[in-house]
Amino acid sequence: MRPSVLVVALVAVLAHAGATACLASDSGVQEPPKQDWSFSGPFGRYDQAALRRGLRVYVDGCWSCHSLRHLAYRSLSALGIGFGPEDIRAFAAEFEVRDGPNEDGEMFMRPARPSDHFAPAFANKAEARRANKGMYPPDLSLIAKARKGGPNYLYALLVGYAEPPAGTVPVPGMYYNSYASGHFTGMKAPLIDNLVDFDDGTEPTVEQMARDVTQFLAWAADPHMEERKRLGVKVVIFLALLTVMFIALKLEVWAHLKSPPPKRENKVAQEGL
Amino acid sequence: MASRQWNNRLIQWIDDRFPVVSMAHHQMYEYPMPRNLNYWWSFGSLAGIILLIMILSGIFLSMQYQPSVDLAFDSIERIMRDVNYGWLVRYMHQTGSSLFFAIIYIHIFRGMYYGSYKSPREITWITGVIIFLIMMATAFMGYALVWGQMSFWAATAITNLFTAIPFIGESATVWLWGGYSIDNPTLNRFYALHYLFPFVIFAVVFLHLIALHTTRSNNPLGIDLKSRQDWIPFHPYYTVKDLVGVGALATLFAVLVFFAPDALSEPENFIPANPLVTPEHLVPEWYFLPFYAILRAVPNIWFIPAKLAGVIAMFGATMIWLFLPWLDPSKVRSARFRPIYRVFFWILVANCLVLGWCGAHVPEGLWLILSRVTTAYYFLHFLVLLPAIGLIEKPRPLPHSISQAVLKPSPSHPEPAAAAAQRS
Repeated sequence: MRPSVLVVALVAVLAHAGATACLASDSGVQEPPKQDWSFSGPFGRYDQAALRRGLRVYVDGCWSCHSLRHLAYRSLSALGIGFGPEDIRAFAAEFEVRDGPNEDGEMFMRPARPSDHFAPAFANKAEARRANKGMYPPDLSLIAKARKGGPNYLYALLVGYAEPPAGTVPVPGMYYNSYASGHFTGMKAPLIDNLVDFDDGTEPTVEQMARDVTQFLAWAADPHMEERKRLGVKVVIFLALLTVMFIALKLEVWAHLKSPPPKRENKVAQEGL
Repeated sequence: MASRQWNNRLIQWIDDRFPVVSMAHHQMYEYPMPRNLNYWWSFGSLAGIILLIMILSGIFLSMQYQPSVDLAFDSIERIMRDVNYGWLVRYMHQTGSSLFFAIIYIHIFRGMYYGSYKSPREITWITGVIIFLIMMATAFMGYALVWGQMSFWAATAITNLFTAIPFIGESATVWLWGGYSIDNPTLNRFYALHYLFPFVIFAVVFLHLIALHTTRSNNPLGIDLKSRQDWIPFHPYYTVKDLVGVGALATLFAVLVFFAPDALSEPENFIPANPLVTPEHLVPEWYFLPFYAILRAVPNIWFIPAKLAGVIAMFGATMIWLFLPWLDPSKVRSARFRPIYRVFFWILVANCLVLGWCGAHVPEGLWLILSRVTTAYYFLHFLVLLPAIGLIEKPRPLPHSISQAVLKPSPSHPEPAAAAAQRS
C-alpha cells in the first residue's frame, strides 16, 4: 500500500502548513505563550500550595464580580493542609447564601454550608450586569476550558494589561490588553502587587497571583483530573499487556494454519515415534 | 434448523426447543470465513463493540441527565463532578462517539478498496449505509444535548437547513422544532430520539449481519471461496484475531479517555447555550467536517438557491453510496488487481481529508476555491471516474483460488495441478 503512505504524508504536510499559516494571520491577537504547568502531561498534578494561594486570589480579587457556581465548598478538601472538614465549615460560613422559604413564607440569608456551591456576589445576572457597565462577568467554574488556549490564555490575560501602543484609538470604558479579543476588555486589571496576603510567605506579585489563580481555576474546571490520570496509568498498562497477550494468542493459534495439514500430521507422527 | 445431538441433557433440552446452541455452533465452526482476511476486516466487530459501549454508557448517563433548557448543561456538570465515576462514563460516551466514526469511516473505505459492495453483497452494503445515516442523526442530536453554545448554534444551523425545502420548508422546520426556535420542546424530542436511534441501529446491524452471512465475507483478493482449503472456521481463528483488534482499540480508547478527553472539544461548548449570542465561528465535530465543507461550497445552481443546492449536495454525498454497486461496472472486486482504480481510490481518500480540512475553515478566498474543487471532485469520482475506470481498466490476472495465493507450496503439499499448469 505505497500510495497510502504518500497520501498521508502529503495531507500531513499540507495540514501543517495550513495550520501555521492560519494561526499567523488570524485577527492579529497575540497567541498566549505556553506556560510550564505542573498539571499538564500524563502524570501532571496540581500544586496544592498554589491552589490554596489561588483560592485566596479568587476570593479577594475575582469573587466580587465572577461567580463559581459549579464548585461546592466541600470540594475544597482537595486543597490539602488547612482544608479539613472543620476548616471548610468555617470557610463556607464566611459567605451568605439565599435560602427559603421559611415557615413565614419568607426567603432569608444564612451562612453557607460545605454542601452549598460557591455563593455568588450578585443575586442574579441583571444585578451583575448593572454593576458592570451592562457586561456580564462570566462564571469561572469552566473558564479554564471555555477559552481557546485554556490556562495559558487565562494567565496571559491577567498579566497582559499594558498602555495601548501609540496610535491605538482607546475604547471608552474598556481596557487595553494584548491578549484580549480585539485588544480591549471590559475587565479592569484585577490584580495589583500586594492585593492579597499569602499565608505561606510567597511574595504576592501580579505574575505570582496570576499563576496561582489560573491553577486554581484549572482545578475548579477539572477537579477529577488527578484521579483520572492516576487511574488511567493503571488501565492503559493493563490493556497494553492484555493486547500483547492477545497478539501472542493469535500468533499461537494461527501458527497451525501456516503449515498445511499433511506436514503437521508428519510432525506428530515423527514425535510419536 | 434441525437440532443436533449434545452430551449435556439441559443443553439438549433447550436446543430442541430453541436452537440457539446449534446456531452458535454453526456460526463458530461451520460458517466458512476466508482464510486470508487482514486486520482491516477487524473494524466491523470493533464497530459493534463500540456501539455497545455507547449504548451502555448512554443508558447510565440518561439516569442523571435532565433534558430541559434550564438544567441540561448543569446536569452534565453534576455528572462530571458529583456523580461517582460520572466523569468516566461521560468521557467514555464523548470520546466513544469520535472513535465510533473513525472506525466506521475505516470500515466504509475498506469496503470501497476491496470492492465489498459488489455483487452479491449489495444489500450488506446498503444496510451499512443506512446504519451510517442513522449514526449521523444520532450523533448530531447527542451533541445538541450538551446544550453548550456550540451545541445550540450547530443545532440551529442544521435544523435551519430544512427551511430550504421548497414550499413546505418553513412549516416543516417549525414542526421539527416544536416551536418557532430551538427551545425546550426541541431538546426534549432530540433526547427521546437520541435514546431511540441507537436501538434502531442495533436492529439494522442484525440485517447487515444476516445479509453478510448469506453472501459471506469478501476478502483482500476479492475472489470467491472455492474449496475447503480456502476457508477456516470463525472460531478459534477470527475470534483470536478480533481480540487483537479489541485490545488495541481498548488501549487507544483508554489513552484518549484518561489523558486527552477534551482534545477534540470546542472551548465554546463549555459556555452554556445562549440564544442571544452567536459564536464567531460554527465548527461541527470533526466527523462532520467533510459534509459541512460540501454544504458551504455549493453556489447558486441555475434556479436552485445556494442553500438548497448545498443541502442536496450534502445529503447526496452519502446517498450516492447507496448506488455504488451499480456505479462501478468492474467485475473485479479487490483494488489489488485494479491498477487504475487503486490510484483513484487513494486520491478520493486524500480528497475527503482535504474536504474535512476545508470544513474547519471559514469558506472565503482560497478555502472556498479548495472546497469547491474538492466537492466537485468528490462527485466526479463517483459519477464519472468510477464508471469510466471500470470500462477502460485492464485488471491484473486474478489468482486461481485463495489457498493457491496464500499457502506456500511445500513438498508434502503439492499445489493444485490446474494452478501449476496455468503458471507454466
